[in-house]
Amino acid sequence: MKIFKKKNYGQIYTAPLMFWITVFFVIPILIIFVFSFLKKSYTGGVLPQFSLDAYGALANPQFVKVVLKTLFISIVASIFTVLLAIPTSYYIARSKYKDILLFLIIIPFWTNFLIRIYAWIAILGNNGFVNNFLINIGLIEEHVQLLYNQWAVIIVIVYAYLPFAILPLYSTIEKFDFSLLEAARDLGATKFQSIMKVMIPNIKPGITTAVLFTFIPAFGNYAIPEIVGGKDSVMVGNIIANQLRVVRNWPLSASISVVLTVLTTIGVLLFVQLNKSKTDEIRKIKEDV
Amino acid sequence: MNRILNLIPTKKASFYFFIITMLFFYAPLFILIVFSFNSSKNISWAGFSLKWYKELFFNSSSLWNSFGNTIIVALTSAIVSTVIGTLGAIGIYWYKFKFKKYIEIVSYLPLILPEIIIGVSLLIFFSGIKLQLGLFTIFLAHVTFNLPYVLLIVMARLSEFDYSILEAAYDLGAREIDTLLKVIIPMSLPGIISGFLIAVTLSLDDFVITFFVTGPGSSTLPLHIYSMIRFGVSPVINALSVVLIAGSIILAISSKGLYKYMFSK
Repeated sequence: MKIFKKKNYGQIYTAPLMFWITVFFVIPILIIFVFSFLKKSYTGGVLPQFSLDAYGALANPQFVKVVLKTLFISIVASIFTVLLAIPTSYYIARSKYKDILLFLIIIPFWTNFLIRIYAWIAILGNNGFVNNFLINIGLIEEHVQLLYNQWAVIIVIVYAYLPFAILPLYSTIEKFDFSLLEAARDLGATKFQSIMKVMIPNIKPGITTAVLFTFIPAFGNYAIPEIVGGKDSVMVGNIIANQLRVVRNWPLSASISVVLTVLTTIGVLLFVQLNKSKTDEIRKIKEDV
Repeated sequence: MNRILNLIPTKKASFYFFIITMLFFYAPLFILIVFSFNSSKNISWAGFSLKWYKELFFNSSSLWNSFGNTIIVALTSAIVSTVIGTLGAIGIYWYKFKFKKYIEIVSYLPLILPEIIIGVSLLIFFSGIKLQLGLFTIFLAHVTFNLPYVLLIVMARLSEFDYSILEAAYDLGAREIDTLLKVIIPMSLPGIISGFLIAVTLSLDDFVITFFVTGPGSSTLPLHIYSMIRFGVSPVINALSVVLIAGSIILAISSKGLYKYMFSK
């Protein structure tokens, strides 16, 4: 229940927020948008002339390849994450020790983000744990390059964002009425059918959130491919940073940022919409019953 | 196919997945901890030693300097974002005003945009207004990305709020400022404190945005760790990791204890 009284107090309460978000978020984003339509200056920065050069450069097959690679890495990582997250959160939701198990999921993520990435360098590196172990047991003789490729990037992305997939999935699975599964079995469904046709549609909102929480940070990722990636795993985020800081082509960096922003927003909206209509359908069927 | 899948006992299968997840989560940390006590620089065991801890505590002044910067930025940015975010949440939740729709939509956008976009746009903005890059710009950036989280958490708390208590306060003649300080803030304190803690955590952990808006000489701990990683695997990072893991577990448990102590009767 909300009562709207004494209207100008709302303005006072939100004035600092309004100021901060406008100055430090909206204006910078608008500046990027404007810069993406300007000509680049050779000293870094932009010249005040309209130009579509920065968008023309996006048609470059090299860049299209990077976008496709970014899509590939984020989709594969999201699939692995959700496939691992669903049974894990199912187990936690059905366990007697929910609180403790959830706590165990969260603890590793109190550690610094970069330390967590570094741990994987210590494991997969040429002098890392896996290589040393395999050499010691005599399976390989020389170091095998496990780092600095797209699979290392995918593993670390899964590692970094798995808890963000487990938590929303857990909270929807926990609310799921497990007697529905028994009902399905009684009506002649196989175990597999009862899970696929009864449980999965019911936990769809959780799956949506889990996918979004993995896909969004993966798609715009910068740090992970920068640290454990190689030539085959340059992602859109790396190109933006490189154009800005190294090549100093600000309009190009800006235009790629605009494209990334638009793609992410469209992706989020589409996905939410798609799932909304499906969950609405389920709700309708439930109401009809 | 269906028949084969049917033979899998669901509970047991999900247990194996849970174990895989646990191994996946803990094995890396376990390896870091074990090898922080290794006397050799390589990741093969050569005997117990505390030399990396000695190196960390007595021979890494620039690291501790960055650590100090991180704490300063985390505390100041969390305080500012908690104040602005709490007031904003109260305003958005209970009042109608001009541009309400704008602020509602725009405040949550930083949540879905990739971090790098915020970093790049702020860097271009700061260099546009000729602001010297350094700790102050890092502080500004951190407040910006903390705000949506504080807003979300405080709003969630306000939605559990019984509005009739506010009406009672107004009926008894309380002024707006009294209601704010004596009713709204004390009653939503758990939400405000969680918002503050989340803001501190996010700020301590941030690498990407900080990386863009930092200037020469003002490093934070994540930036320092990044440059150490660039130099190659060093057991000092292992020792640092163990100290940080232990520190954050102690901090989390004690803040949870404090929280319970304050809000349970």
